Amino acid sequence: MWEVEIRGMGSAHALIAASIFMATVVPVVFVDNFSVCGTHLVWLYSVAGSVAVVNITVFWLLGISPPTKKNTLGYKLSRLIRSCVYFMLSCLFFHTVVVLYGAPLLESALETFSLAILLSTLTTLRCLCILGPNVQAWIRVFSRDGAMSVWDTSLQITSGCSVVGAWVGAFPIPLDWDRPWQAWPISCSLGATGGFVMGLLAAPLWIRWHRKQLTYKLK
Amino acid sequence: MKRLPILVLLLWLCTLFYVGVFLFVGGFLLVRLEVNRTSTCADILHPGAADKGDFCLKEPRFRRAVILIIDALKADFARYNPVNAVPRPFENKLPILEEMVSSKPSHARLYTFRADPPTTTMQRIKGFTTGSLPTFIDVGNNFASSAILEDNLVLQLGQAGKRVVFMGDDTWVSLFPRGFHRSLPFPSFNVKDLHTVDNGILQNIFPTLDGDDWDVLIAHFLGVDHCGHRFGPDHPAMAEKLTQMDGVIRSVIERLQNDTLLVVMGDHGMTDTGDHGGESQKETDAALFLYSSSPLLLAPSSQVEPEVVPQTDLVPTLALLLGVPIPYSSLGQVLLPLFPLNTTSGVPLTLSQEEALWINVKQVNRFLETYSSMATDIPADRLSHLRAHFSQLSSRYLGSMHTGAPLPPQLLASMQEYLGSVRETCRASWARFNPLKMACGLLVVCGACVVSYVLAELSSVALRSGVLKPVLMGGLAVATTVAVVQLFTLGSVEASWALGAAALASELLFLWRTRRACPRGRLSPRGLLTPPLLVLLLRCASLLSDSYVISEGRVVTFLIFTLGVYVPVSLNWEGLLVPSAPADTQKPPGCHSPALPPSTVRRESTAVLVCLGVLVSCLYLSLSFHGCREEQGSCRPSAFLTPLSRMQDGRLRNLHYVLSLAALFAWAFLLLRWLRHYGNLNSAGVVTFAARCLLPLASVCMGLHWAVGAAPEDSFRNLSELISLAQVTVPRVTFGLLGLGLLLLWLDPLTVYLKTRTPPSSGTPLPPPRYRASTGISAQAELHHLIPQLYQRIRWSLEDGGTQGSEPDGRPAVEAYGLGTVYSAPLVLLCGLLGLMLLLLHPEGMALAFLMLLLQAAALLHLHASTRTLSSLQSQSNGFTVPWTPVVLWSLAASQFFHTTGHLPTFPSIQWGAAFVGFPQGHVGTTLPALLVTLNTFASHILFAVACPLLLLWPLVCEVRGSRTGRPVAGEDGDDVAMEMKLRENPQQFSSALLQLSARYLLIGGAQVLASVCAAAVLRRHLMVWKVFAPKLMFEASAFIVSSVFVLLGVSLVLRVDVAVACLFQRLLPDNSR
Repeated sequence: MWEVEIRGMGSAHALIAASIFMATVVPVVFVDNFSVCGTHLVWLYSVAGSVAVVNITVFWLLGISPPTKKNTLGYKLSRLIRSCVYFMLSCLFFHTVVVLYGAPLLESALETFSLAILLSTLTTLRCLCILGPNVQAWIRVFSRDGAMSVWDTSLQITSGCSVVGAWVGAFPIPLDWDRPWQAWPISCSLGATGGFVMGLLAAPLWIRWHRKQLTYKLK
Repeated sequence: MKRLPILVLLLWLCTLFYVGVFLFVGGFLLVRLEVNRTSTCADILHPGAADKGDFCLKEPRFRRAVILIIDALKADFARYNPVNAVPRPFENKLPILEEMVSSKPSHARLYTFRADPPTTTMQRIKGFTTGSLPTFIDVGNNFASSAILEDNLVLQLGQAGKRVVFMGDDTWVSLFPRGFHRSLPFPSFNVKDLHTVDNGILQNIFPTLDGDDWDVLIAHFLGVDHCGHRFGPDHPAMAEKLTQMDGVIRSVIERLQNDTLLVVMGDHGMTDTGDHGGESQKETDAALFLYSSSPLLLAPSSQVEPEVVPQTDLVPTLALLLGVPIPYSSLGQVLLPLFPLNTTSGVPLTLSQEEALWINVKQVNRFLETYSSMATDIPADRLSHLRAHFSQLSSRYLGSMHTGAPLPPQLLASMQEYLGSVRETCRASWARFNPLKMACGLLVVCGACVVSYVLAELSSVALRSGVLKPVLMGGLAVATTVAVVQLFTLGSVEASWALGAAALASELLFLWRTRRACPRGRLSPRGLLTPPLLVLLLRCASLLSDSYVISEGRVVTFLIFTLGVYVPVSLNWEGLLVPSAPADTQKPPGCHSPALPPSTVRRESTAVLVCLGVLVSCLYLSLSFHGCREEQGSCRPSAFLTPLSRMQDGRLRNLHYVLSLAALFAWAFLLLRWLRHYGNLNSAGVVTFAARCLLPLASVCMGLHWAVGAAPEDSFRNLSELISLAQVTVPRVTFGLLGLGLLLLWLDPLTVYLKTRTPPSSGTPLPPPRYRASTGISAQAELHHLIPQLYQRIRWSLEDGGTQGSEPDGRPAVEAYGLGTVYSAPLVLLCGLLGLMLLLLHPEGMALAFLMLLLQAAALLHLHASTRTLSSLQSQSNGFTVPWTPVVLWSLAASQFFHTTGHLPTFPSIQWGAAFVGFPQGHVGTTLPALLVTLNTFASHILFAVACPLLLLWPLVCEVRGSRTGRPVAGEDGDDVAMEMKLRENPQQFSSALLQLSARYLLIGGAQVLASVCAAAVLRRHLMVWKVFAPKLMFEASAFIVSSVFVLLGVSLVLRVDVAVACLFQRLLPDNSR
């Protein structure tokens, strides 16, 4: 049981990590002068897009999403719309938080919002995929014994790692090193992506390591 | 309640930190040895002295000199740009200089005159009279300038029999108490006064010039500098002042005779805001203008002119031109263009370039030899290199002198190079540290941090067992031993070593004794790895990087934000933020810990989120109040930092005034509102008087003071006397009122209103006398409490009618209003009064920042209280322990508001204006202005430190919310809201929690001091050490000292209240009850 779930999660995570790698490498062919720092926003969107696509596909194929009560088309559609609205709201939320953390308010608003999109993709989108558009379940997941499956635990780990990564990414900004990656928001988005990848790799290992302590309540 | 041990332990802890900082600073701050030798005429510097006779007897080039020093005459002020059609107020206002330079190129010259940092007036006067380089330690002497003991130009002129007449800035008189033939000093301290000094000079300078009783005339004008300080350079007043100076120079030039040299110079420049003291080019670059009616520049025009003249170079130049010896410790280099080349010696009796340079080189070499024999701080390899250079120069020069052959032109360049390298060597090595003292200080501070951590974690143990006495005794004994040993071996006692040894010994003794008394497992390194302490670690680490120190305000805000967000996240992680799932109720009671009722959880978590919102918005808004360091290129200082009197736009000024006034009254209103809410305004005592009358009255006075200060001088000219009177009296009255309030608060800190009730008419026997810690009896509060009271009464009558029947002594039941906040009310009031006093010392716009401080502090306290309620069931913490998170937040908020009140850890950003609030005429002593400036600088540290015990009290204060809005839950044991009376019921826990809280707060401050000490020690050769790290260390250490003093004040106020409450209970309750 454990082995199967962990192996499945490992391969899903490897797939997502690989998609991030591809998103960094492939655009070189299509975009002139593509580099992570130089054309940062392009890189950011390509990573966000590929993570979103791969996430949705993987979780749809694996059928992780919570079982829906009604199976009508209208219900599914409303869930989809709600998910989109939640995603937008989460982008705005992250944008606000980032501005409150000290990002410039008006100038480079586009960069800030792009970072917010990336952060939403790395955290909220996974929440949407795993838990559905259900804020109460999201709040529940982020508590000590709120996880109800290995996927919830992995969600805890990857989201935490992404946010902490973005937070750590802000550290080099004030330094006077004059490196291109110190420009806003490169270090933060790199940090978030790095944290996310670390979380992806760490989650299966951590769950395997702690499988004796993890007990999931049945819904 | 152990009152004395708490205070003594805290005092001891603070002393440990003080000793460590003192030791470190003693070894770190640079000291230059002063060479107390003077040059004399008999010095044989000149090779041909034997045949030409005494150096001083020779007829000098100029018999007389007029030296006009225009304080803060920036290099830009002196330039003239004819193309500039729309000059700014400080541009093109001194056309005379350009006129003379272009019309008489061989008579006049304008140079950029570069000062050495620190660019404060006294250091500069020292620099351009002695010719030496200042060191960092000199900065502190600006207020108490003492006489110059080193050889200097004024002394040399006096020795040569020249009559030196001085007029202007009175700093000179304190520097050269007996140096002048005649002196006319004018007070310099009052920065707001633009005209006294200048007008005084103008009245006297022309009669003196026309008379014959002078040889050297020094006039030091202060108007330009004061104008810069008051209005900034970009202000019409500056144009007026510079035009006046132009007229002065013009009339002086008209009166000059042929044998007179005119020097017009600035001692330093100014920044764009009119300040100075640092080492940016705007501050160091002043103007130097030389003029004489006889030809001045004798060098052939082909020779390269120096672009920039270092300030020290004026000393040897003036000395040789006036025919006096160069001061002994001068490191300057003569200005070559003023001396003729040997080949063109058309003018007899003048020194040629070679001769002048040779004299200069010999003098500098002599100083170097003397200095290196006295001190060992110049590295030996540099010294031998310089010596070799000198002997080579000397042999070449003397050789060509003997043969009479013309000097090779490279020799001049070589001599100049020698002088330059000596100067550079001295500059570099006068950064001399005492590594042993530094290491010792570091060790003591480190130990003090460990001690305070142990003290915080084991506060109850430290209070219980007799730890204190042996520790103090041991320290004392070690100090005596070291002192005695020193006395016998060295013959003298150096206090710092004895103190350091004592501190180390007592630290070790304390750690050893608590280790024995410590219960197992209480101290574990795992306890250090909590998020609040990690945030503290980040904060400390940030002090080690100059970039983070430069953007410190933002870094601190970032960290507070992080820790603030951590609070609800961690609560949610523990599952405490949302009401526990209904699944729990299905479980049989007892197997699960009793959860809080969902309504309480919901209310408290809303409170947490609302507080977080307030905190976050305060944090965000506070960023717009920051000042700017010179390193932050594109930064603009906050508009609220400009005093109203500097604002030129009338409407903007009115808007700012109204905003500040609103903030001021909101401050007073919120405080009174809080006190009234908790029923602390009912008693007839003096404190209530202080709160009810003094607080609003002082606010009104402050509003008045701001209005008076903001009134534009021109429009109220006929009221000027009244205004100047008001400028003196109104702030003093405010100080008096607030001081009176503080005094009354200390004398009688109880804000309890006792209501005695006659026994009910039914004649039921009274319940045993008991206290109730209830809240206000204002109209609504009475209503709020009517029902609990009735309920209580009914319960009493039932109870007593049934069981008791004794004690029909008819003693009235006592109800004490405001007892629930008996500890916090005086503290809150103290903060309110202190806050107003500190606000008075700030620019008016800072009222908004102070209001924000109040809001943020309240948000932090409520956040802490709600968190505590939410986690009350879960945590098994003993007693009243305050966890690390709120303490770290509290301490970081102090640093945050240091920046938000417009301060920066740099010396030029000190708000000197604070010294003149209430004293517009300046001061006599130095203690009072220093005190006022300290209070101004560390205002936020003071407020947060005093209010620190509130962290312990607030959860108890907020308890009342729980029982009021809910049902009267407290019916279990009949004792309804006890609030702060819980503290009296557990005096042991109260004392240990109070000690723990203070020790934690001190540890956080101490850790930051430790970090900046480490930064200064590790990076002492860093490029930025004098610009960033050393000032940061001084500010951090001073902030720690100030906050520790005020933590002690806050704690002692709590203890004072405790004494008063004990007395009250003794009076009210006879010994049979509590």
